[in-house]
Amino acid sequence: MIRRDFLKTGSLATASLLMPKFLKSIEAPGMLPVKGRSLVVIQFSGGNDGLNTIIPTRNDVYYRERPRLGIKRETALALTDEVGIHPTLGGLKNLWDDGSMAVLNSVGYPNPDRSHFRSMDIWHSASPADVFWQTGWLGRFLDAQCAGRPTAALEFDDTLSLVLKGDKAKGLALQDAKRLYESTRSPFFAEYSNAKGKVIDEEAPVDYLYKTMAETLSSANYLFEQSRKKSSTATYPATGLGKDLKTIASLIMADTDTSVYYVSLGSFDTHINQEAQQKRLFQELNDALSAFATDLKSNGKWNEVLVATFSEFGRRVSQNASGGTDHGTANNMMFLGGALRQKGLLNAMPNLMDLDQGDLKFQLDFRQVYATLLENWLGADAQKVLKVEFKPLDFI
Amino acid sequence: MNLQHLLWRMGFGPRTKSWENWSALPAASWWPKLRDESLAAPQHFDVVDGVVKGLLMGVGELGKMERRDLDKDQKRQLRKQSREDLQNLNLLWLEEMTHSKAQLREKMALFWHGHFASRNINILYQQQLLTVVREHALGNFADLLRGVSKSAAMISFLNNQQNKKQHPNENFAREVMELFTLGRGNYTETDVKEAARAFTGWNHRLDGEFVFRLRDHDAGSKTVLGKTGNFKGDDILDILLEKRETARFIARKLYKFLVNETIVPEERIVWLGDRFFESGYKIMRLLEDIARSDWFYAAENVGSKIKSPIELWVGMRRAIPMELADPESQLVLQKALGQILFYPPNVAGWPGGRNWIDSSSLMLRLRIPQLLYTNQDLDVRGKTDDDQQMGEAAKGQMRRLSAIMDWQPAMDLFAETPDNELIKKMADFVWAVPTKNLPLEVLQKNTDRSSRAALLQTSMVQLMATPEYQLC
Repeated sequence: MIRRDFLKTGSLATASLLMPKFLKSIEAPGMLPVKGRSLVVIQFSGGNDGLNTIIPTRNDVYYRERPRLGIKRETALALTDEVGIHPTLGGLKNLWDDGSMAVLNSVGYPNPDRSHFRSMDIWHSASPADVFWQTGWLGRFLDAQCAGRPTAALEFDDTLSLVLKGDKAKGLALQDAKRLYESTRSPFFAEYSNAKGKVIDEEAPVDYLYKTMAETLSSANYLFEQSRKKSSTATYPATGLGKDLKTIASLIMADTDTSVYYVSLGSFDTHINQEAQQKRLFQELNDALSAFATDLKSNGKWNEVLVATFSEFGRRVSQNASGGTDHGTANNMMFLGGALRQKGLLNAMPNLMDLDQGDLKFQLDFRQVYATLLENWLGADAQKVLKVEFKPLDFI
Repeated sequence: MNLQHLLWRMGFGPRTKSWENWSALPAASWWPKLRDESLAAPQHFDVVDGVVKGLLMGVGELGKMERRDLDKDQKRQLRKQSREDLQNLNLLWLEEMTHSKAQLREKMALFWHGHFASRNINILYQQQLLTVVREHALGNFADLLRGVSKSAAMISFLNNQQNKKQHPNENFAREVMELFTLGRGNYTETDVKEAARAFTGWNHRLDGEFVFRLRDHDAGSKTVLGKTGNFKGDDILDILLEKRETARFIARKLYKFLVNETIVPEERIVWLGDRFFESGYKIMRLLEDIARSDWFYAAENVGSKIKSPIELWVGMRRAIPMELADPESQLVLQKALGQILFYPPNVAGWPGGRNWIDSSSLMLRLRIPQLLYTNQDLDVRGKTDDDQQMGEAAKGQMRRLSAIMDWQPAMDLFAETPDNELIKKMADFVWAVPTKNLPLEVLQKNTDRSSRAALLQTSMVQLMATPEYQLC
């Protein structure tokens, strides 16, 4: 079905004449991603302060180290007797209450890097901290099992992040489906691509460019059609994240052939005036995610979606002198969806008595979390993608 | 032999204005001309604002020699002004690449800029490093390596200030071996550990001057790559340069940059590397060996390389001289296309090749000529960079790609070409790939034939809006 839709290309029909040859790889045997499941990754850019997100409300060290920034027990929204969530995240607390939320604490990696760029690189590529990889973990997932499916992973941005770049396959970056469609609609591209198609030489470097161009034209058309097919009628906040999650919901409801949706929110780099900035970002997150969950639930899709959040690092335990916090190390990750096998707090809260020069020690390698998402949700061979073996956790 | 190939690989592509002069020359004199135009010493850039200089250089007199001696406001001021100045340095270098006769030098400076990749938001240090790179770009690799290794930009980027006798930090020693000289597989972890001890005490002052801090130095005996002695940092660099592997490693990397990214015959690398080694690391000798070889012009190498964003953009500006209304739009372009000068992705530099291409970067590449020609908004914004912005700024504003384009050189070059042959003739000039078998008729159909000027301009724009133009 989906393939037929994919080839039915309307005004860009000419470009699709190129496609059958490139689509052959779809037929290749191997593991295919689990159908009808998608992963939505929300990247908190800038280093979110995890301790003020999932709050240890009975921890004296926390309040001692954060006399000004610590969120009081009575202000936090209680998740358990000892743990609260940021007061702006009421929608997430509701999801917690109905069993749609799980939290992993102290996720990180050995020898943490405090540069935003480098640490994000490490989270994107899933490389050891002293090695540089040119592909991302989700890009290698595309290589492993999404060849010939150029819409398998979408990033809602103008440019594509390392995380979605594989050796061969790459994700597709777009701001919105309509704009992508319009920017590729020049008849010239399609006509030229088509004319060249007849003499294409598989080995020539130019072939790669034509392939990418043809795939982009087809994808633009396909995504535009899909986004209108069952366009969400729910109300979302008029924010960047609200708009993106609404598009994602529409695509999910139209059974789009996409396994991974990727969005970013930021900047969480709160060296100064953290309270206001984190609150503003969490408001955007909370309102958009609440609308998203409600929308998908009422359309029977909440069980087919897993939302995962991460940040390149957490922040230091102690507040600084400017009403903010500086770059830290390990951090928590949140998971939302209707199909979680284990809910709530999945491991212990960070031990604030046992710090590494004022920073949290990581207890769980982020690649083990990736292995869990790959094996248990996306149906992929995690070892092949991560190039190292990690035993998946069983919360999904 | 193919003149476009030489000018694209050893420079940033042909200038329309000088194409006739070049192509009138016998092929044997192309390379000597290109080489000789780069022999003069470069003019160095100085964009560093007085405020930054005052903070970094003036404070020396007050006894404030380290960054921690600056107060918070001074640090913030330094960061802000550095960011602005770094943008100016970026734009200035782009101008140089576009207009300089010394095409070979600037192209090689870009190569070394990626080889000795350093992300450092301190403008003074970045400018000092660029000076080292441009000065030695065609000189001796040993001098270049020493200059870079002792630059404040590299010392601080690779954490050598933290490399002290009591607490060695191996970052610098590791990258020098892995990325700058030997390459993986030619040294052991023990070599890294021992070399790191030799580099202890290498540091820099606030004004960027190299200093050796004896009290931080581990003066004991070290064994590196089979040699034992009370080595200092310079001794380690000498040991690395004594290894033939270093010459081959550089030869291989340069071959990939200048000749072919994927087809790399090993015997050719050995031949180039060994001659480079025996010349005592003369970079020009290595370049001569490449440019004078028949294989440099072999069909498998011509048009086989995906232009980097910088090569693409500078090449376009050389083909069509233009005055940009908003020069800073070039920074957004670099960001959106994935190559910002002075911001390599990491110490390994830009990976290049097919890594430049994904759906969004390719579509933008194809749209640039049209956006420019019709003065449109550059409707993309790069991602934010928290290392630079410290959480302060949101995404940058929308920029307009607007330019006054000077079509006279193209009018002159094709003055004798009749309308119906224009697209073919122009393709031979604009594209580095062979033009036979290509659907030029489609391009022709989409041109504006209302006047000679319109035909010429739209033909050029169409030719640049193709996958073929992405290659050189």
